[in-house]
Amino acid sequence: MSELPPFVLYFIAAFLVMASRGTVRKIILLATPVIAALHIWLNVDTGIQLTYSILNYELTYMRTDKLSLLFAYLFCLASFISTIFALHEKDARQEIAGLVYAGSALGAVFAGDLITLFIFWELLAISSVVFIWARGTERAIDAGMRYLIFQVMSGVFLLAGALVHYHATGSLAFDHIGLQGLAGWLIFIAFGIKSAFPFLHGWLTDGYPEATATGTVFLSAFTTKVAVYALARGFAGEEILVYIGVTMACFPIFYAVIENDLRKVLAYSLINQVGFMVTGIGIGTALAMNGAVAHAFSDVIFKGLLFMTMGAVLYRVGHTNGSNLGGLYKSMPKTTVLCIVGALSISAFPLFSGFVSKSMVMTALMLEDYSYLWLLMLFASAGVFHHAGIKIPYFAFFAHDSGLRPREAPVNMLVAMGLAAALCIFIGVQPQYLYSLLPWEVDYWPYDTSHVLTQLQLLFFSALAFVWLNKRGLYPPELHSVNLDTEWIYRKVLPAGVHRGLIFLSNARQSVMTTAIAPMHSIRNTFSQSSIAKYHLSESWPTGSMVLWISIILVAYLLLDIFVYE
Amino acid sequence: MPEKEQKEYFFDKPENVKWTMRGLYITCILLVAADFIIHRHIGLPWEKIPAFYAIYGFVACVVLVVIAKEIRKIVMRKENYYDE
Repeated sequence: MSELPPFVLYFIAAFLVMASRGTVRKIILLATPVIAALHIWLNVDTGIQLTYSILNYELTYMRTDKLSLLFAYLFCLASFISTIFALHEKDARQEIAGLVYAGSALGAVFAGDLITLFIFWELLAISSVVFIWARGTERAIDAGMRYLIFQVMSGVFLLAGALVHYHATGSLAFDHIGLQGLAGWLIFIAFGIKSAFPFLHGWLTDGYPEATATGTVFLSAFTTKVAVYALARGFAGEEILVYIGVTMACFPIFYAVIENDLRKVLAYSLINQVGFMVTGIGIGTALAMNGAVAHAFSDVIFKGLLFMTMGAVLYRVGHTNGSNLGGLYKSMPKTTVLCIVGALSISAFPLFSGFVSKSMVMTALMLEDYSYLWLLMLFASAGVFHHAGIKIPYFAFFAHDSGLRPREAPVNMLVAMGLAAALCIFIGVQPQYLYSLLPWEVDYWPYDTSHVLTQLQLLFFSALAFVWLNKRGLYPPELHSVNLDTEWIYRKVLPAGVHRGLIFLSNARQSVMTTAIAPMHSIRNTFSQSSIAKYHLSESWPTGSMVLWISIILVAYLLLDIFVYE
Repeated sequence: MPEKEQKEYFFDKPENVKWTMRGLYITCILLVAADFIIHRHIGLPWEKIPAFYAIYGFVACVVLVVIAKEIRKIVMRKENYYDE
């Protein structure tokens, strides 16, 4: 049984879902992650290496170690929770896409070579875009297209990198790659696009908020986390990642503060959290690496929870614009409480999951003497609380009363959110279970007086700043607006550039024509006035007459050839 | 809608809002007081500053919002900017 890769279960389930309907379909959807997780738990151990040969290439479709197993459990868990959240939906496209998407994520974390990784990399792209397109609006379809272009481009970089890597080393194995040579950089860019490096992140903040209420929950769990896994495997300890990670943690919080669409705020905050993971991978020590993957684990759950609460608001209200929400706690009290649990977790409050994972990265930064970067990350930590911890629950559920009184979220959504919230608290209170899953041996315990006290000081005074800014009227109001980000380059500048370019080219053609043709006309005029113009053949004849004369000459040659030279 | 609005919710009462705010202020004061009682580990030089984390948290958020408002002047466009 250990020979069966878990992704196969998901792909079989996708076919079964296609063939079934109603309750049977729902049972298949719910059972798949459970069966897959049990299969991994009971049959799949570390150290498995299964290969197949295709055209002289030896490919490894399953390679297991503690790192891949941790992500495999995480993806089973995430797909289980997301499936419960989406259980009320009657959209077969999204259900099938969900199974293929989660299955591909499992396939990618177990892939032992770059070609197998590439195949699942592209399957992730193709299956996930369904969640954006399923929204059906024109905006969503356009955003989905842009999302898909980025994702496929990442795959192209990966494939090119894999081939160059094979050429240089003679191996396709997916182990530590490092930034040596062209292959390393190509693969690095491929991973960078999928993990939303600065300037390559447009697809995320552009695409995720356009997806369906349930789709964003799926999207937030897999794509970037597969990329984090890939970075941890291929580029651990590359120092450039520390700087990239710190940038990712810092710049999105400014956008998150001024963004009106609360799901887009969460998309920015997703980049901010991935920044902490990328930083950890860049530091590369055992503590930092454990922190990075542990934070990926808790992030999938609390970010999923936050996206679920906003999904519930979208489902009930029809939008998630902060400017038109507020006071929803009155009619959606359960969703409000669950959202606050997610907010406390992402803000790394003691006793919640973010606290036990993020602190490992922060401690590692301090131990490796990145003191100024540590300050920046502390700034980012305070900022997280500000934009995700307070802003999300405050503008959605409290603030001014919008007069909206939507019904409480459906039962399946509440169950999914409740499960995620329970996990956030469980991981926060009992971190030893998460720590025992971590790939590297580290003796670390987050709860000591200094750490708890300093974290509480940081967070409560961030909250105080929020209150003060609000009371003084300094807090930027939620406005109907869109904020320019890197997507501006390909949504506005490039199209405008192409438009201008076309106009320029057509003008150029016009002026070339006039400048080139005018002299030709004048030459012809001069010629026709000259004395040789009166000879018959020098007149302008149609091309046909030229052909006729040439054929006559050729026939003459032929006749000469036959009769004279014989 | 108005006839349904007879129920009064938690934050509709000004005194509840007031007490919530007071809770926050008191917690903040206690946390700073604790800084002088409990001996913290010091890993980096600036951690020696009394109530460093409290000051940093407050200042960081104010700076964040002030800069974000400035950024808004540059990047903010109408909601249908891309559709035009």
